[in-house]
Amino acid sequence: MNVTYNDFVIRFANVNGSGSASANGMFAKALFRMGIPVAARNIFPSNIQGLPTWFEVRVNEQGHLGRREGVDIMVAMNAETYAEDIADIKPGGYLFYDNSKPLAAALRRSDINEIGMPIATLLLPEFSDLKQRGLFKNIVYLGALSALLNIEFEVITGMVAKQYRGKDDLIAPNIHALELGRRYALDYLNGPIEYQVRRSSANGDKILIDGNTAAALGALYGGATVCAWYPITPSTSMAESFERHANALRKDKATGANKFAVIQAEDELAAIGIVIGAGWNGARAFTATSGPGISLMSEFLGLAYFAEIPAVVFDIQRAGPSTGMPTRTQQSDLTAAAYASHGDTRHVLLFPASPKECFDFAAEALDLADRLQTPIIVMSDLELGMNDNVSEPLAWSDERRYDRGKVLDAAALDAAEDFGRYLDVDGDGIGQRTLPGAHPEKGAFFTRGTSRDEYARYTENPEAYQRNMERLERKWTTAAALTPMAEIADGGRRNGILYYGTSAMPMTEALELLQEQGIALDRIRVRGFPFGEEVRDFISRHERVFVVDQNRDGQMRSLLINEGVADPAKLVSVRYYAGLSISADTIRDQVHEHYKAERLPRLKEVGS
Amino acid sequence: MTFVVKPRIRHPQLPVNDLGLTRRDYEGAVSTLCAGCGHDSVSAAIVAACAELSLPPHRFAKISGIGCSSKTPSYFLNNSHGFNSVHGRMPSVATGANLANRSLYCVGVSGDGDSASIGLGQFAHIVRRRINMVYIVDNNGTYGLTKGQFSATNDRGSTSKKGVPNLYEPIDLVSMALQIGAGFVARSFSGDKKQLVPLIKAALAHPGMAFLDVISPCVAFNNHNGSTKSFDYVRGHSERLMEADFVAPSEEITADYDPGTTENVRLPDGSILRLSKVARDFDVHDRIGALEYVQRSQERGEVATGLLYVDPDAADCHDILGTVETPLNALTEADLCPGEAALERLNESFR
Repeated sequence: MNVTYNDFVIRFANVNGSGSASANGMFAKALFRMGIPVAARNIFPSNIQGLPTWFEVRVNEQGHLGRREGVDIMVAMNAETYAEDIADIKPGGYLFYDNSKPLAAALRRSDINEIGMPIATLLLPEFSDLKQRGLFKNIVYLGALSALLNIEFEVITGMVAKQYRGKDDLIAPNIHALELGRRYALDYLNGPIEYQVRRSSANGDKILIDGNTAAALGALYGGATVCAWYPITPSTSMAESFERHANALRKDKATGANKFAVIQAEDELAAIGIVIGAGWNGARAFTATSGPGISLMSEFLGLAYFAEIPAVVFDIQRAGPSTGMPTRTQQSDLTAAAYASHGDTRHVLLFPASPKECFDFAAEALDLADRLQTPIIVMSDLELGMNDNVSEPLAWSDERRYDRGKVLDAAALDAAEDFGRYLDVDGDGIGQRTLPGAHPEKGAFFTRGTSRDEYARYTENPEAYQRNMERLERKWTTAAALTPMAEIADGGRRNGILYYGTSAMPMTEALELLQEQGIALDRIRVRGFPFGEEVRDFISRHERVFVVDQNRDGQMRSLLINEGVADPAKLVSVRYYAGLSISADTIRDQVHEHYKAERLPRLKEVGS
Repeated sequence: MTFVVKPRIRHPQLPVNDLGLTRRDYEGAVSTLCAGCGHDSVSAAIVAACAELSLPPHRFAKISGIGCSSKTPSYFLNNSHGFNSVHGRMPSVATGANLANRSLYCVGVSGDGDSASIGLGQFAHIVRRRINMVYIVDNNGTYGLTKGQFSATNDRGSTSKKGVPNLYEPIDLVSMALQIGAGFVARSFSGDKKQLVPLIKAALAHPGMAFLDVISPCVAFNNHNGSTKSFDYVRGHSERLMEADFVAPSEEITADYDPGTTENVRLPDGSILRLSKVARDFDVHDRIGALEYVQRSQERGEVATGLLYVDPDAADCHDILGTVETPLNALTEADLCPGEAALERLNESFR
């Protein structure tokens, strides 16, 4: 038997609400602790209990952690989904299931390996409590897998001890269930199987963290003091994580009082209203939401753009339109976020592609919002936000200072010859602002969503209105220079590929797969909107640029065209929008298809 | 319409307050509302209240939504920052502003459309969160003051003598505020300076949510007669269309009457507003009693005015949240950033 080390996809099929999530999470974490790169994906229903749920772990020594098509090992624990689960197993793969009840003959496949284990029967004499028996089912298969895949058992038992610290009476039964599964597998199951794990150093000092937690920590480090939010999947965990970490790290040492305020608002309108009120009054504030929330916040986002108020919004995107698939991932809010609200509005977007970048961009967004006096929308998604991803460790320098932007305090107002809130004093389109209460006589002004002159005085004068709109456009140019630059790897090839956010996860692997087919592409990862000059230049020096979008309409491609960055004829859309994250295979297939259809030259033909 | 700055000429004999400031130092821009508008009386009462209390005029955040009432923060306290935000959303903006800097006085001005219709949800939630502010509703929708326009605070059938009757139940913001946690609830009449100024002073002094419903008649409604205007448009009476833009200067509507009595106020259309002032022995600490009193008055076709309820010990939102005394917007990196070492520990927890 050929043994494959540290390279497989295992999928757990469970019923949600059955306690499988923590056992499956432990599985992924155990491999991570053995130094092996893993990506865990929770594919769950919009439901609390009783519906099918899947947890997929990709294990890959090379660090290819995007989603991969096909399953090598299926842990089928939900009889209701047996048919589709068994169909998803790659030929030669493994089906692990509870054979306390026999598998129907019609479900059997001759091209896969069956590993049946009587889990329910085993548990019957061990645990009298029905609920415990259900929960320990998950722990038993974890124990069995440790034997079949050769997972270091101490790593798992150590995690159990850590997870139940403080609830010590739970440790012993959990360890017992683990051992039960492991012992049975060693004694009776036909192992070890073709897929094995072994300790690696590939993870280095990396961490395993979800993007929402990383973003929450970024907001905390970036000095956010006000968080207002409304519960919506998949963004909820960001606000909750912010509150939890703020409670641990942001208390006044002497009094125990909070140096932050979290409000769970009555809806997304109120959430963004609170953020804008706080931003207007000089506190760093953010909200976390998803597509439906962006729709509701649109009027307020237009106000903040026009009235020039700092605000930070995290859009953890999910599949739309409307309620769509609330628990599935997509990148389909780009147009809605970029141009949210009526009138001529445009918003700065940031596109994080890893938990580390969620952290960095959260802090960066708070600086940018203050600097540009406008909303900054961080475009994460469910794939990045809710799943545990291997990431570079989070980093901060104690030397770092917040950029509060152009805020005049009392001394600055006394020194200033003239103050006009909307005067373009520096030619960058950004005016100077003052905070309420700063000075007894100077600097007070009226903020409004209606037109005003440079001194914030209400006016409907046509020239004054137009001057203001033109200044906002100058500010937009300034924003293009301040947003994070695209990441480029340009080897002077004929064609390129442009992508953003979580499409980065499978990209290296996709490019390797394409290389095998004689297709070599330069790459550019867009990290911000408005687009910098480097995006325009990259597209202009390539004949064709594939634009990868996880939405139906090719929204990034539309933005590039709409903003006049690219000739539409050059941009070839690569799209995936079925609710899972895009895989390397999908990218390879679509690019390859285009090369075939257009008869584009390959490496061996062009000789480059 | 343009923004008109009042000339800063100070009469040498104007009385000064404890801060050495005169009434003029608390005023705002010249109002662009109709002459005789009740809302201007409310603005004047705010000016008087702040001046008499010797509050520093720049230590205010003035927030409003959209509508006639929401324009008024321009017309008082010129040295403080104002924010004319989004229709019906003043409460959320005020919440954010108050969270950011608890040391400022926060005054929110809204209308019956702004707070009882489009913004009813935000009204309810800011009250239950007990944001420390004075929340004033310039209410010109009650008792048939907006014939032909159905405001959510109109009493059902109250305009039956003239025009189209209101078919729907009214929303009483005072009753709602009493129900959902306001620590200070009062109602007054824009024309009753003697009652209104002390109520605003009391509201400013109250730590927590102070809600003040001010019946503020719309003097223009006799002239614009909404639905009639529509009929005119359909019939093509262009002469009348022109007429609709003309608003005759009116006398300000005033009322001056004693506690415990009832006063009839004649409105521009000849209708009568019956105000009943709460008696001196009214128990202002009985929330349920106040609720009943308000409802009983309403049943008799009267509007109860005065201080209806106060809980001087009610916690405000900052107390509830347990925030630090220092305004959140004044905290620095040293206060806010947990630092490199803590982050290394966090990284370790994710390994």
